[in-house]
This record gives sequence, structure tokens and C-alpha cells, in this order.
Amino acid sequence: MKNRWSSGGALQQLLAFASLVVLVAVFSLLSPNFFQFSNITGILLSTAVIGVLALGVTFVIITGGIDLSIGTVMTLCSVMTGVFITFWGLPIWVGVIGGIVFGGLCGWLCGMMVARLNIPPFIATLAMMMVAKGLALVISGTRPIYFTDVPGFTRISLGSVTGAIIPGFDIPNAVLIFFLMAIIGGILLSRTIVGRYNFAIGSNEEATRLSGVNVRFWKVVIYTITGLFTGVAGVLMASRLNSAQPALGQGYELEAIAAVVIGGTSLSGGKGTIVGTVIGALIMSVLTNGLRILSVPQEWQTVVVGAVIILAVCADMARRRKGAGAHA
Amino acid sequence: MSELLVRMEQIEKSFPGVQALSGCEFELRRGEVHALVGENGAGKSTMMKILSGVCQRDGGTLLYKGREVNFPNPKAAQEAGISMIHQELSLIPDLTVAQNIFIGREPRLKFPLFTSDAEINREARKLLGELGVDIDPRTVVSRLTVAIQQMVEIAKALSFQSEVLIMDEPTAALTDSEIRELFIVIDNLRRAGKGVIYISHRMDELKRIADRITVMRDGRYIGTLPAAEAEIGQIISMMVGREWNAQERRRQPAASGRGEVPALEVRNLSRGNVLKNISFSLHRGEIVGVAGLMGAGRTELARAVFGADPHDGGEIRVNGRKVAIRSPHEAVRHGIAYLSEDRKRYGCVTDLPVAANIGLPSCRRFSRYSFWVNDRAMEEAAAGMVERLRIKTPGIHQVVKFLSGGNQQKVVIGKWLVRNCDILIFDEPTRGIDVGAKNEIYKLMEELAEQGKAILMISSELPEILRLSHRILVMREGEMTAELDGASADQETIMKYATLSPAFGPAEQEEGKG
Repeated sequence: MKNRWSSGGALQQLLAFASLVVLVAVFSLLSPNFFQFSNITGILLSTAVIGVLALGVTFVIITGGIDLSIGTVMTLCSVMTGVFITFWGLPIWVGVIGGIVFGGLCGWLCGMMVARLNIPPFIATLAMMMVAKGLALVISGTRPIYFTDVPGFTRISLGSVTGAIIPGFDIPNAVLIFFLMAIIGGILLSRTIVGRYNFAIGSNEEATRLSGVNVRFWKVVIYTITGLFTGVAGVLMASRLNSAQPALGQGYELEAIAAVVIGGTSLSGGKGTIVGTVIGALIMSVLTNGLRILSVPQEWQTVVVGAVIILAVCADMARRRKGAGAHA
Repeated sequence: MSELLVRMEQIEKSFPGVQALSGCEFELRRGEVHALVGENGAGKSTMMKILSGVCQRDGGTLLYKGREVNFPNPKAAQEAGISMIHQELSLIPDLTVAQNIFIGREPRLKFPLFTSDAEINREARKLLGELGVDIDPRTVVSRLTVAIQQMVEIAKALSFQSEVLIMDEPTAALTDSEIRELFIVIDNLRRAGKGVIYISHRMDELKRIADRITVMRDGRYIGTLPAAEAEIGQIISMMVGREWNAQERRRQPAASGRGEVPALEVRNLSRGNVLKNISFSLHRGEIVGVAGLMGAGRTELARAVFGADPHDGGEIRVNGRKVAIRSPHEAVRHGIAYLSEDRKRYGCVTDLPVAANIGLPSCRRFSRYSFWVNDRAMEEAAAGMVERLRIKTPGIHQVVKFLSGGNQQKVVIGKWLVRNCDILIFDEPTRGIDVGAKNEIYKLMEELAEQGKAILMISSELPEILRLSHRILVMREGEMTAELDGASADQETIMKYATLSPAFGPAEQEEGKG
């Protein structure tokens, strides 16, 4: 999936991929329990929710914006799915689609705030983060909504389509959905008009506007796409926990953004790839999982992840300085 | 004659690729207001930057009070007594007048970090009193008019014991009565034995305020005249006497279009203080030049027509039909294209390849269902443009920032041609482009006009305007002051309309407006 409108980034991606391979190799050597089918699917499963969030926010970050609301909006979408299915008794598929569309709506709102009212993305989505957090608590009455009366809901993420086809090859559906969303994201970004405008806006918004591109409209579209991905993450989350937990979610946005950054997408916009984000999300969960298997205390795991983010950003800046040097 | 304060002899200065100054002269006496005039890019600012320590001369001598000096930075010049009053005021809006005047030099109290407002207020009141300006030094600067802020800047300069004040277009943002007050202050400075260097585009002011006038052109010293004897026409011809071969002037009238419905018609377009009732028309096959000095509102006019900035009055007609243009997006849909004077910021997306830049406005055309991008079609169109416009690039996948200025400009032209825009607004199309590439761009523009495009060209280079234009519009301070025939216009006439008010009578105009 070669993207002709995103120059550079290939090296960073290669670097990220190499780090992932090295990490997996190191952990496999240090612990025999690491490279086991069950542990690998476990890692993938724990990547799914953050991964889908990260895929979505990649779009906004490439425009040079940011979306801090994805964590709590994801929770709100979980809660809404719970409301649709258990409170209103709607069929599962309606609830699922409702949850996803609700995410799109939240994204659309953020987009309108950013593109129409010219509120800086950081502030607009920070406000949205708080609104969504509060609404999730209000709507659920601060209690979790359980899907125990709805058998089958949990299979959305924990069942295995591949296991049904090839016995023993039980990759959880959540993982498959993560990869499916990655493919959809990759196609959107590299093959469609939205993707092209996304890179153009991120590289030079004013020149893009002066090229007759309706930048405001397309920014709203891009925030809406991020919102739809967030909705998918919300449904996955609810299905995996078999409940909508209104108090969860805050903090997920930062992990997702960290995954995007580790994957080589520039926070200043114009550069980034979906493959990079997938690798970034995987690096984060491999690290956490591997450190846990090596019995590193949880407090220290976060310190290591933080250090990795700094490393990734330094590598990105070094690359960009080199690029700038070649230009001059 | 009074004491010589500044004497600059044989000043040389070059920047990478350009000789900015060669053999320039300037002198300033005590109690003198010496005006420095010239077109955009004549070298006035560079001269003043050398005098005020912002940049260093490559050669020549700079004498200050009879001694040769070298100011390594603005601070050194300021300490010696040379202050610059900037066009964009450099005061801090949230501090008071007195705090601004003494910023960085606040008198210290015994206890560190605390300063005495009472003391600086007293000092500031004294300075302002000497200038004859009646304002409370405790006023917050953001509440003052631009004119009063300028007075504060002057007071600040005097607080450094300045002997030489450089004023860069001090009247550009002032009303007529404010200008009168400024002139009273300048007269006070003259009487106090200071030297004032006065840079201005406004010919009518010079005779009233200046003692001598020095003219520069193309980085050279042209001459110095006593203001009392100088004729405005004489000054203008000294300013514009640039080498220009009349043979180059286009002779053929516009190929087609005259008499038909104009491709673009603008009526009474206004925007705040920047554009005042601008009306003009533009026909197919025609190149109309827009001349004027910096700040005349030419770029603002282009941006308003293109929808990049809002306008608050007037109408725009495309092919006779009234259209609403609120954004570039709508302008492009009506076939209007804009090539910015600042290619790197507004013209192309420099981090994207040539093909992407050429295809950007036409993405929808190169797509299925306005969704799936058809790269092959887009790249074919881009390759066609590269060939047609002779863009020098290793390939259509080359990132635009690695191309030369002229080729970047061609990429911008190419993107509008692919988009099938028929009304092309070129804003300084050859700025920062070498001579060979310039001629190519000229030829290209002529070809485009012959093919029936309507071209509006903004340029600060009069030879360029005279060479290409069928008609010439002249702007000054947001107003259209003249429409001239391209075949008979000359540099002097254009410059006259660019520097003078339409009434051509400084005194009457003042009264009439006030």
C-alpha cells in the first residue's frame, strides 16, 4: 500500500518494525513463556482496543491536529451500546451500529468546533473529553451496564471466526477486527480523496485552502472518521468486558497517541502511515506483556513505555533534521 | 552649516545572489530632516539597517559625528545615539507608556526584582513634555491610537539620548490630523538639534517636512536635492529611471475579448480600510497589470477577489453573472485562480511531490465517485504539464521543495491549468526568480493570454508591467488611482499615480479629508 502523497517516513517505519522484531526476539530469549501461541494472541487481544483508537486518531494527527476525547468518547460509545441493547432491547447489530455512529457524531462535533468555530483542536477535544466522561456517568447512572442477558454480545470480540474455520487456530475476533480496521484505514489514507486532502492539509493547510480545497469541510470529515473508529473501539471494549464500564477510558487517548507517535507519525502533521500505527500499538503491548512476564513491577513498566516514547520522538527529529540538512 | 551627524560613503552590501547596495551615499546634519525615497527594493531599508546595526556593510565608510564607527548590533547603535522607529510598532501592548519606555532598564530599588513605577512615570512625563505630547505615562499602551503609540516610540528613542532618529514610513497608518501632529513633533526634534531620517512613499509629504531628499534606485545612490527646490516630477523620474527597452513593450492589442462580456468584473469592492471601492474589468485574452507601491492594497485586492480574505462591500461578476465568493473553494469553482507572491507558504505544498501539487485542486476530476483517487490519470496530467510548461524536474515524484523558484512557480501555474481555470491572478509572478526563468514566465503568460485566458498581474517591477500589460491599473493606499493604456503608459506616469493622491494637491486634500 504505497502512499504517493506521503514522502519520507519509510525509514522511521523500518526502524519501528526493526525495534518490534528485536523486542520480540529479546523477550523470547529471556522467557520461554513469551513466544507461545496463547501469549501472542493475548498480546494481540490487548492491543485491539488501543490499536483501533490509535488507527482513528492517526487521521486527525496527520492533519496536524489532535483528538484528546477518544478515550472517554470510547467509553460513552460503550455506554450507549449498553443503553441500546439492554435498556431499549434493540437487536445486537442495531446496538453495535448505534454505538459506532454515536462515535462518529462525537467526532463530527469535534470537527465542527475545530473547523467552523476555529477552536484549537487541543482545547475543543479536551472539552469533548470532559463532556463525554460526564455523560457516560450520567447516562449509566455511574453503574456498569452488564450484557449478561445478551448472550452472543461478548462473542463480537472474544469469539473466533478463524477457530470455527480452522480448528485450533483461535484468533479472537477483536484481533481480526483490529486488522480489518487497519486495512480500511490504510485504504482510506492511501487510495481516496480524503486521504490525499488529509496529507495536503497537514503539510500546508493554507496552501491547500488556496488551491480551492474546501478545507473546513474535509477537516470535519476527518474528525468524523476518527470518531467512527472510536465508536468501533467502544463496542470492542464493551464486548470484551461483557459490560459498559462508565469509569474506564480516560488515559486511553494518551496511550493511543503514544502508539501513533512511536509508529513514526509526526505530531506536526503531514506525515504518517497506518502500518506505522499498527507497529506502534504492537510495540506498546509487547513491551507491557514482556515486562510483566519478566515480573517487572507495573510501576516500572510505565516508566519504560515513557522512555520508549522519548526515544521514538528523538529518532523522528533526528531523521527530520537530516532531511532539512539535505534540503539546504 | 550645522554639524555633520552621519556620513555614509561608498557603502557596499551583498546578500547571497544579490548585490543589495553598491556605492551608496548618505549624509545627515544636526537639525535636519533628510528624506530617503525609492521604489520597493531600491535599498533604503538595507541602508538604514547598516546605519542602525541590524546588518554589517561589506565595504565603504560609516562616519558618525566625524569618527568612523562599526555597529555590531542594534544595541550598539542605540547606545551611540541612533534609534529606529519601526513601521510595525514594537511596544508591548499590556504595559503602560512609562513601562514601555524604560523596559529592560528599570531603575532598581534596594530590594532586588522590584522597580519603582513612580520614578519611571516621572521620567516619562518629562520626555513626553519635551516632545509636546500630552499623555498620561500610566496609560496602558493597547488603549492608545497608532499615532500616539508612535509618539511613545519616539519618546523611548529620546530616552536613549538619541541624536539620530530613523522613521520608516511613519505616516502609513495615520489620519491627516495625526500626520499634522506628528509633523509638529518632528519640527520640535529638528529644533532640538536632532537628525531625522524620513523614509516615505508619499511624495506630497516630503516637500512639507524634509530639508533634503535623497533618491535611491536598484541599490544605487541617484542623487540628493534640497526639498525646497525639488520638483515632484523630477524626484519621480530619478526613482524610476531604470533601464527599460521600449522595444520590449507589447504592441499588439489584446487578441480577443474587447467589447464582449468581461471574464471578470469587479464593482466597488471594499474591505475595511484596505480596499476602497475598487472597480475594474478583465477580458479574455487580456493581461491587465496592477502597479503600486508596497502597502497599496494590490495583494489584498487579489485575495479578496479570490475569496481568501472576506470583503465587506461590492460585487464580483464572472462572465457577466454575479457570483458570491466567500472562499477560495468557491472562487476556483468559478474558474478564478490565484498565484501567490509567497510560493513557499501559499503557492505549493512544498513537502508533496510535483504530481500531487499539480493534481491538488483537481482531485475530484481524477477520481471515481469523488472518492477513489485515480493516480494514473493524475500522473498523466502532471506529466503533460511538466512537458508543456517545460518544468525542470527529475520526475513528477520529485518533492517540490527541491525545485528552483522558477520551476516551483510553473508547478503552481500547472495546477491551475489542469483545473481549467480561465481567470488567472498572478501576484508577483517573477519574485525571486532568475532572469532566464523570468523570460520564460513572461512568454508563458503571453501564450496563455493568446489562448484566451484572462490575466490580472500584480507586479512591483515597472518594466515587467509595461512589457506585458494591455492595460495598467495603478493603486495607492487601497484606492485605484488610474487606469492607463499599456501601449502609451510610461514609468513616470505610473509612479506619479502610485505616489500621489488623485487630487494631486497636498494641502487641499488634507483639508478635504479631515
